[in-house]
Amino acid sequence: MRDPLAKKVVDIKPSGIRKFFDIVSEMKDAISLGVGEPDFDTPWHIRDEGIYALEQGRTFYTSNAGLKELRTEISAYMERSQGIYYDPLKQVLVTVGGSEGIDMALRAMCDPGDEVLIPQPSYVSYEPCAVLAGAVPVIIDLKAENEFRLTAREIEEAVTEKTKVLILPFPNNPTGSIMEKADLEAVAEVVLKHDLYIISDEIYGELTYNGKHVSIASIPGMAERTILINGFSKAYAMTGWRLGYACGPEKIITQMTKIHQFAIMCAPTTSQYAAVEALRNGDADIAAMRESYNRRRRFLLNAFKEMGIECFEPFGAFYVFPCIKEFGMTSDEFANRLLMEEKVAAVPGTAFGDSGEGFLRISYAYSLERLEEAMKRLSRFVEKLRAEKKA
Amino acid sequence: MEFREELLRIIEKNSRMSAKELAVILGVSEEAVTEELRSLESEGTICGYHTMVNWDNVSVEKVTALIEVKVTPQRGQGFDNIAERIYNYPEVESVYLMAGGYDLMVILEGKTLKEVSGFVNEKLSTLEMVNGTATHFILKKYKDHGTILGKKKEDTREIITP
Repeated sequence: MRDPLAKKVVDIKPSGIRKFFDIVSEMKDAISLGVGEPDFDTPWHIRDEGIYALEQGRTFYTSNAGLKELRTEISAYMERSQGIYYDPLKQVLVTVGGSEGIDMALRAMCDPGDEVLIPQPSYVSYEPCAVLAGAVPVIIDLKAENEFRLTAREIEEAVTEKTKVLILPFPNNPTGSIMEKADLEAVAEVVLKHDLYIISDEIYGELTYNGKHVSIASIPGMAERTILINGFSKAYAMTGWRLGYACGPEKIITQMTKIHQFAIMCAPTTSQYAAVEALRNGDADIAAMRESYNRRRRFLLNAFKEMGIECFEPFGAFYVFPCIKEFGMTSDEFANRLLMEEKVAAVPGTAFGDSGEGFLRISYAYSLERLEEAMKRLSRFVEKLRAEKKA
Repeated sequence: MEFREELLRIIEKNSRMSAKELAVILGVSEEAVTEELRSLESEGTICGYHTMVNWDNVSVEKVTALIEVKVTPQRGQGFDNIAERIYNYPEVESVYLMAGGYDLMVILEGKTLKEVSGFVNEKLSTLEMVNGTATHFILKKYKDHGTILGKKKEDTREIITP
């Protein structure tokens, strides 16, 4: 029998954290700090709108690009939050989560051999999606001393004539790092100089804690070369609804919509109706959740400070990324021992790229009570390691 | 949100947090929290610290009644005087002035139906400004002070990668 599988697919490494979490799920009274989704329920008025859509029998496909009503709301949202106008009929595509948008954008823009710049540590799907699109991923290792922000110089060093797309993953999972306007302006200059395109993953855009998120697309000259990815999962606690969107130049969105229509048809109808309600009346929910995350963020930063563990202050998403290099272990070893000895699960930084070595991703999509217990255990563990080291 | 408002919002939900814990999550100094709490208490903005009890879980008989009361307001006093006459009874839990079909909402806690009806018959309806009452008994509390009673929320998030 012939091998049924494509080499391209088999060669993709499976996600490294899967096995780790299978152990966690088997372990009683383990505290996980590993989850990357909000712990809040979707606000009731949004759920109610989904239920209403079902009651009304709105159970058909929508148009391929998504409900017109929803695309209009997305366009209005982009205008009020970033001051960028996207034509709802030509420049907005509703997708199955932000993840589909990333996939579609890469497939629409990459020819075999095109190079895609991927800053890491970052969300794990950029690299495999680039490979599946036939492109060549080129990793940029972000540095702790820059608070894991992307610099113009790092892009310059990675660019070749084949470079076509830059992935911009900010606010960042797993570091919580953000890019401020000045950082983006520097990036924009290099992007123009080398005629690059950008896929800007702004799924955590509503979750920033030192002022409003700035999109690269709002920098002059960038909207024309940026596919902006966003969605409802993180901002509105709607992960299970599987709904995101992409905004960008008509030329690219049209081709993304073409692939989307063949692969997916359209995003789930119920979710789209609920999302209209989210955009119309959900601002207060976002604000309340953001406040809540911010308190937990402050709590964790203080806990690390008290433990004497180095951790830069992250201003976005819902992760902190403490440095564990002083213990002389790899991230993997540290995470495994922490799980076995104190039953706390945190994701090793290396799950998000080699440059995550020496760091842990701690999610604060958990209640303060849970975080308090986890920090108690972590603190005990850290004491133990330091005592071992002395002995 | 302003510091004062945010502080109030947090302790309204959880009054057991220490000044130190509050200082950490609010990103201010412990002294600032202690001082603010003291001033909120002394000006009467914080009127007390209570515990929410689900009495259904305890074998203590308890009846809660909502009583709509129609009254005649008094010249120069409006409703305040009559409200005071009512809220001074210790068995009265809450008194609100209402817009709409009646004037005062009185919430009463008693041990038995008889005790509640005794209060309405003998004390409340005999006040000269009271023109009429309608008493409703609470059969079951589903949600109180923003908290859903009897249901413990569990983390049902499944494991997913990435």
